[in-house]
Amino acid sequence: MNRFPILLAILLFIMWLLLNNSVAPGHVVLGAVLAFFVARASHRMRPLQPRVRRLQRAVPLAGAVLIDIVRSNVAVARVVLGLTGGRKPTPGFISLPLDLRDPHGLAILAMILTATPGTVWVDLSADSSKLTLHVLDLQDEMQWVHTIKQRYERPLMEIFE
Amino acid sequence: MSTIDLPAWAAIPASILLIIGGSLALIGSIGLLKLPSFYMRMHSPSMGNTLGAGCVLVASMLVSSALLHRPVFHEVLITLFMVMTAPVSATLIMRGAIYRTRVNAERQRRHTDVES
Amino acid sequence: MSVQVIFESAAWYAQMCFVLAMVFAAVRLVRGPGAQDRVLALDALYVNGMLTLLMLGVRSTSTVYFDMALLIALFAFVGSMALTKFLLRGEVIEP
Repeated sequence: MNRFPILLAILLFIMWLLLNNSVAPGHVVLGAVLAFFVARASHRMRPLQPRVRRLQRAVPLAGAVLIDIVRSNVAVARVVLGLTGGRKPTPGFISLPLDLRDPHGLAILAMILTATPGTVWVDLSADSSKLTLHVLDLQDEMQWVHTIKQRYERPLMEIFE
Repeated sequence: MSTIDLPAWAAIPASILLIIGGSLALIGSIGLLKLPSFYMRMHSPSMGNTLGAGCVLVASMLVSSALLHRPVFHEVLITLFMVMTAPVSATLIMRGAIYRTRVNAERQRRHTDVES
Repeated sequence: MSVQVIFESAAWYAQMCFVLAMVFAAVRLVRGPGAQDRVLALDALYVNGMLTLLMLGVRSTSTVYFDMALLIALFAFVGSMALTKFLLRGEVIEP
């Protein structure tokens, strides 16, 4: 609780330099002072701190997400342009059980699933054990569940738990 | 528009990225216009939001870096912001839509109950 | 045909794509059968407007447009949040 949020301060400092687009000494000093005070003031608003265990697993996860975004962009473009070979797309809701409990991991899972075109995160049950998703072209529900659990949930559990 | 003196190593990738990004955003909007139901329409603008915007931002970074003869990164801020906010608004619109359809169905049922 | 011509026509094509996308989103905004369609269309309109501004910045090699694009992205998020609050509760500012 009383640990100073060093990561938040560093991110704010980098953001300040990017926003000003310079590394002049004045901006560096002002950015450092601002980052220190804003981080100290804001971390009381959210006492829950993320505990990152294995950050190196995040790199292959990011690569997989990038590949999936490109792939599902192509898939959604084919559905929109009607290039699915005469087959009608079948939108539908799926629900799948989750083993991930860490709130930060769940937030990142929600961002991944929603940023990938074709799937939108709809709802999570109150004990965060059952997830509802909407999928644009639902062909094989079991395959979707398997993909999400293998590709996204397992690395996130390794990172955060 | 003024003539731009871009070196070829920046101009060719930037052109390819711009064409891909523009086409993706356009296809996303076509989907928004012509897909039949709301839940299907929900998915198509996220194409322009993710990969379309990403391509344009990388192209913009390439061009301004080549023009100023130093790396320019401040487009990363917009990318970061889009990556963080677009899923939040998409999820909330989805929840709002589901709530709305449920409320409307209930209201319609009550209405028919009163009439009959 | 030089590299400059290729780049300028690509930039022009991308900008026209974004403008057309804005037009389509505006049509959906006017026509949309439900309130949720209109919210979605407004969100798409904002994003495409931001990309159009960025393209103006790329084509005119000016950095002024970057700040405007950042502001539009911020307003898009705030506006979508307020409108989804309206979808869920029926009003934006509750008593």
